[in-house]
Amino acid sequence: MSDLIAEHIDMTFTMPSGEQVHALKDVSFTLKEGELLSVLGPSGCGKTTLLNLIAGFLRPTGGRLELNGAEVDGPGVERGMVFQQGALFEWLTVAENVDFGLRMKKSPKAENQRKVEEWLDIVGLQGFGDTPTYQLSGGMQQRVALARCLINDPDVILMDEPLGALDALTREKMQSLVLKIWKETGKTIMIITHSVEEALLLGERLFVMAPRPGRLHKEYNLPFAEWGLTQDLRDVKKHDEFSRVREEILGMIWNMEEEIMGKTA
Amino acid sequence: MSDIFQSPRGIFIAALFIALICTLIWATIYGRRLARTEVTDLVFGNPMKAMGGYHWVVSGVATVLLLWLYFSWDAARAFFPNAANELCQVAKVESAVIPMRSAFPFEERLLRGTNLLNRDSTQLEILRKRAQSDVFDDAKKAELGALVERLTVLQTTLATPESLSPDTKAALDDIAARIDAATAKLDAAELSSDALAAVKEAQETQAGWGAASPEVPDAPVTERGAIFASIAPELTQIADDYVAVRNTSPAFLAEVESLESAIKALGKEDKPVDDFRKQLNKMLKRIDDGAVFPPGALDSVEQSLANLHSVQLAQKGSLNWIDSLAMPGGKILSGNTACSEQGSGRWLPKPSDTVATFLRLADPDIGFKNIPLLSIKQKPVAEMAGFVIPDWIADFVPGEYPRHQADGTIGENLKSKVLNIATGNFPSFSVPVPTGHVWDSIMRVITGLFLGILFGVPLGLLMGLSRLAKGFFDPLIELYRPVPPLAWAPLILTIFGIQDDGKIFLLFMVAFAIMVISARTGATGTQLSKIHAAHSLGASRWQILRNVILPNSLPEILTGIRISIGVCWGTLVAAEMLAGTTGVGFVENVARKQSDYEIIWITIIILGLLGLMFDLIMRWVIDKTIPWRGKG
Repeated sequence: MSDLIAEHIDMTFTMPSGEQVHALKDVSFTLKEGELLSVLGPSGCGKTTLLNLIAGFLRPTGGRLELNGAEVDGPGVERGMVFQQGALFEWLTVAENVDFGLRMKKSPKAENQRKVEEWLDIVGLQGFGDTPTYQLSGGMQQRVALARCLINDPDVILMDEPLGALDALTREKMQSLVLKIWKETGKTIMIITHSVEEALLLGERLFVMAPRPGRLHKEYNLPFAEWGLTQDLRDVKKHDEFSRVREEILGMIWNMEEEIMGKTA
Repeated sequence: MSDIFQSPRGIFIAALFIALICTLIWATIYGRRLARTEVTDLVFGNPMKAMGGYHWVVSGVATVLLLWLYFSWDAARAFFPNAANELCQVAKVESAVIPMRSAFPFEERLLRGTNLLNRDSTQLEILRKRAQSDVFDDAKKAELGALVERLTVLQTTLATPESLSPDTKAALDDIAARIDAATAKLDAAELSSDALAAVKEAQETQAGWGAASPEVPDAPVTERGAIFASIAPELTQIADDYVAVRNTSPAFLAEVESLESAIKALGKEDKPVDDFRKQLNKMLKRIDDGAVFPPGALDSVEQSLANLHSVQLAQKGSLNWIDSLAMPGGKILSGNTACSEQGSGRWLPKPSDTVATFLRLADPDIGFKNIPLLSIKQKPVAEMAGFVIPDWIADFVPGEYPRHQADGTIGENLKSKVLNIATGNFPSFSVPVPTGHVWDSIMRVITGLFLGILFGVPLGLLMGLSRLAKGFFDPLIELYRPVPPLAWAPLILTIFGIQDDGKIFLLFMVAFAIMVISARTGATGTQLSKIHAAHSLGASRWQILRNVILPNSLPEILTGIRISIGVCWGTLVAAEMLAGTTGVGFVENVARKQSDYEIIWITIIILGLLGLMFDLIMRWVIDKTIPWRGKG
């Protein structure tokens, strides 16, 4: 019932100069409850626009977005979001950041505190509740952002290149964490990423998008996320199937980029 | 030198001066030695090289204090308490002979006669040319030309030795002889017993340098001074007589008279001729002064004055050194009634006097103009309640205000009782409240600033978020903001009154514009992703404003407050100088009118310290409230 349905989404921006930019054209898909979707594509293919539409920050110029049978209109708690740089509130402590959503709902303090501790535990930040966020490393900040989003119990979690700014090692740990959360909570998760490897690891389903105008180019159904729940991520990456799909997608995106360069040149 | 250390204050200042010199030398040597051992860092421009170095702070402070003590002549007063009095006596002699000396090339470049001849010849040359102007007919040209020639001859007569009358010569010789007599008296350095007794008396009864008004007491307290004082009246008389001596022989006066009537005969009918007549008359008046003497006629007077001067220098002795070394940047002058310090000794008050004046002002019972600088006063609560509660509240109570009755009593009713409370007219207990000039100034700044923040921050945030608000209010604020606050002051003070209201409104205007701009900058600078995050965490518009945009703008807002305090403080003092009856600026303005440099400096120091205090408080607040600034 709580499926995310996109029907013929069209998005055209009008620039201040009057120029029309066709960001998304006829995007349709259905994301079932509990699915893990990653979206990949060259820059400018409308990945972030798609995410902003689902989050409700933008209203599509055509088509229809539906979640739980209701049309998406404006931002809402049921669609939690995790940003690239965390977008934490640096004037608040870790705990205050995490229970921000609960405080906005004015839920009872004692319960908030219990939930905060529970979530800090899950993301591995026990005892950091009173730390100011600006004292945390990038990876820890992203964990806070995850906890802040998840504590609201959203139906869909939207992640906009959440691990893009992290170093390789931290990134891998965070990838495991995302998989763990997906498995334990059974949430629908949609991840936008630049990294092909990450898209393969963190996607039961994978959309490759093409630019100008932004559209869904190809869809994959992948087994690697399931594997990652039980195996070490590095072992998954070593698998022949992983390498094959990776090379295929890399080639696809490479060609798209070439095409763009050719057009502009 | 026996008169060193006359007063405890003198001893203290002298000791302080020496201690400061020692400190300066020690700190400098220490610093130099450190610099020589710390040559491991060879990078020029390394900011670490500017860290630490407290011995240089000591050097700097010592230097400032030394300069203050030195240029204010406080050191001179401590070491040479009688110097000012003695120099006052010398100044009496100097001001007595100035009318004579200024006629000779001692301090001037030219002899006065030479100077006058020069000037008059130039003027006559101009008249000679103008006499040939075409506005005059030929007959007039000839007549006017002849008159100019006669004036030229008259002027030349003054410089010819033959025309010097014997009377004038005798008068000049007499002047020279009298100067010589006074010089001899100064040289002999003898005092009558009366004069000695007067010196003794002055030593015992007269206040010291700077102890009372006038600053430099007039009566000589040393024999050396008394000698100068004794010849000063005589020299004043000689100078008066000298100025009266004119180079006017009977023949010269006869020619002046004849020229006068000839010029008068030109008449006033014709405008150009009348103008020329006035010019000729002016010229004649200059020449008939007889202030030009033949060459050599004044030699004896000049020689006598030169002698007097060298004897004067010899008699001054050590005073010459004290005057030029210990009392830099000015000298003691003798006026009509008293001697005074001129130059830095005057406008730079002595530290010891400044401290004394400050202690006097700081005494709440004295204060300035019967208002203490800063003090605590018991104030009835009723008075404050009357100030806060608006009087019109009583108007809404049912009934009529009571009127007085035939026997002069007034029957109170509920309405009048409410009015009594609203006007603060009821018995109450008192609470201590700060008061005084400094407190008034601080309260004005804080109130104006508070109002500016109260209205400016919400409007600024709104302008940062709404196109309508920005577009609508921008012209208003940007048009009044660039006007210097003081340019508004006359208008605002007229509308709102010269007391607190006007000043607070002026400061409100200043703070308001700054707060609007900083809050707006803060609001505009909020990262979109944070607002997005708050949205998807379920925050309402109001919650986003309160929990995201406001805290995110805090650094700009606090910086705005810090700037506002500085600008408000400056504006307030200027506004207080313009009008009003309390406040630090008022104190300084009154002191300025009275040329009271000690109080002027005290207010400057108070203003500086209060400004520094405000800024330190703001820095502390900034450190405490927004430690996350710039770390998002």
